Amino acid sequence: MRRLATLLLVSAAAALPELALAAGVEGEVTKQATNWSAIGMFLGFVTLTLGITYWASKRTKSAAAFYSAGGGITAGQNGLAIAGDYMSAASFLGISGLVYTSGYDGLIYSVGWLVGWPIVTFLIAEPLRNLGKYTFADVASFRLGQTQIRILAACGSLVTVAFYLIAQMVGAGKLIQILFGMDYLYAVLMVGVLMITYVTFGGMVATTWVQIIKAFLLLGGATFMALMVLLHFGFNPEALFAKAVEVHPKGDQIMAPGTLIQDPISAISLGVALMFGTAGLPHILMRFFTVADAKAARKSVFYATGFIGYFYILTFIIGFGAITLVSTNPQFLDPTILASKGPIAAILGGSNMAAVHLANAVGGNIFLGFIAAVAFATILAVVSGLALAGASAISHDIYASVIKKGKAVEQDELRMSKIATVFLGILAVLLGIVFEKQNVAYMVGLAFAIACSCNFPVLLMSIYWKGLTTMGALIGGFLGLISSVTLVVLGPTVWVGVLGHPAGSAPFPYSNPALFSMGLAFFTIWLVSKIDRSKRAAEDQAAFAAQYVRCQTGIGASRAAAH
Amino acid sequence: METQIVGRITSNPTFKELVSRRTRFAWTMTVLMLVIYFGFILLVAFGKGFLAMRIGVGVTTIGIPIGISVIVLAFILTGIYVRRANSEFDALTRKIVQEAK
Repeated sequence: MRRLATLLLVSAAAALPELALAAGVEGEVTKQATNWSAIGMFLGFVTLTLGITYWASKRTKSAAAFYSAGGGITAGQNGLAIAGDYMSAASFLGISGLVYTSGYDGLIYSVGWLVGWPIVTFLIAEPLRNLGKYTFADVASFRLGQTQIRILAACGSLVTVAFYLIAQMVGAGKLIQILFGMDYLYAVLMVGVLMITYVTFGGMVATTWVQIIKAFLLLGGATFMALMVLLHFGFNPEALFAKAVEVHPKGDQIMAPGTLIQDPISAISLGVALMFGTAGLPHILMRFFTVADAKAARKSVFYATGFIGYFYILTFIIGFGAITLVSTNPQFLDPTILASKGPIAAILGGSNMAAVHLANAVGGNIFLGFIAAVAFATILAVVSGLALAGASAISHDIYASVIKKGKAVEQDELRMSKIATVFLGILAVLLGIVFEKQNVAYMVGLAFAIACSCNFPVLLMSIYWKGLTTMGALIGGFLGLISSVTLVVLGPTVWVGVLGHPAGSAPFPYSNPALFSMGLAFFTIWLVSKIDRSKRAAEDQAAFAAQYVRCQTGIGASRAAAH
Repeated sequence: METQIVGRITSNPTFKELVSRRTRFAWTMTVLMLVIYFGFILLVAFGKGFLAMRIGVGVTTIGIPIGISVIVLAFILTGIYVRRANSEFDALTRKIVQEAK
């Protein structure tokens, strides 16, 4: 088991150490006293979502309902669901924690997490809805070799989902330990069981509503916290900042970029990963098939961008609120660390708890329970979206398209997708247990790096470039996948941080591979397509005209299923 | 889709107009977003002193409104695209679909 863990970690272990700060609960955590108000509110959420799952299960009888809720989600609902799918506990607790420890650096992150959305709007959302049915592989393989491109896209999806899922499961286990006083093992098991229940019985309908409710609760809770912080300072941000500078050990350094960005290449590479990775996340791309048409797809990204941008501005206020109201209150600080390292480092449970303690500071124990329940709901919504995307890659892309050559019986495909969900759920729980003691926070960063180096280039080129051939997409896509993982292992994060080589000895000097691995993927796709003179290549290019007409006009696009 | 319909649509001047207008607009907006975001990142990498400059007498630095502006601009650019697509591009698309029948 231990050897397996090390092996997995080495092959997986990843880059973007900066992200580690923002991506989850790190290191050893101590179990807290059982919080009954949190458990009460969480049980309320679980009861509600299980009720919805029961209702959704009656409508989830077809493959279309399972994968895409039959295309019957409105743009507004989908906007909230996208936000619910994307705003992870990592971004809520991690970014507010990063603002708490470093101030302005947290804002640099928030910006990065948001700027992918306009790109999705301008280039991806509408073509995706017009060309695809259930997965982004539908689009990438539209005119290319089904078998090859489906396998590539399924690999890209599953690897992205796996790393994202490990980070979420381990984060969830530790978070629940802190928030509810529950054992790590039970916490991970509970997340796994609920995730399997939502997805297998309720499919996309239940997943969508879990995400909508979560987005609603998270935005509501964060708004309340930010308002209470601003109220405390008479709605004068300057007063908030002035107090923060006064009490923070770093003083006015928290008002400007700090040590987060080391060198320009790493900064740009990180920017590339966050911006284009968003446009290559399979669980996010899948959400565009749940609406009726391209117009609704485009409107839903607009709403989602608004919700997510608003949320990140709130996390900035919450982080500064925590500096002023948490680090000054002995109730939330460890007295021994306070004496040796100062108030910021002394926060109980680590910097990721900044928002949770702030909830207690501004709203008392009841609101603390609410925010703890919201954090748990957030994890459930994200892992459900991931499980559904992973299951679709297995059942729709591998089983129905590659193995059955597109001739699968619908009920068999549906059964396969449910088996795949259960399999992924069990795998997620096992990985959660295996990786308990490891620092997995950077795996979210790796997921973004893979998404932008494999999924995104193949998807973008297949939509817009007539010259793309099956061979080009296949070789370029796999090269992007392999190079992003390899460069992470050879980079300082894993080479020095995990494998224990001396500092400065990493063969690849940058912690973020995205700029290089994505560049390599695009270049290879272009080069191989250019020199590809095969019969298949001629067919790929000849089929572009029909794809282009459907992409631009939506003529022939899959319609919403009637309920 | 039948080859005949594809040929009819691709040779339709309205289709050519839609494609050229939307392609130019979408890529212009993309480049604009890239310039704004990577401009911000380069400022973080090379212009720390500038971002650390205080506005007026308080502690608020010029970096705060610049960072928030990138978030707000991302939302506004998305809105501008959606607004134009909802009216102009959708109208052209409807016309093409009508003419293809």
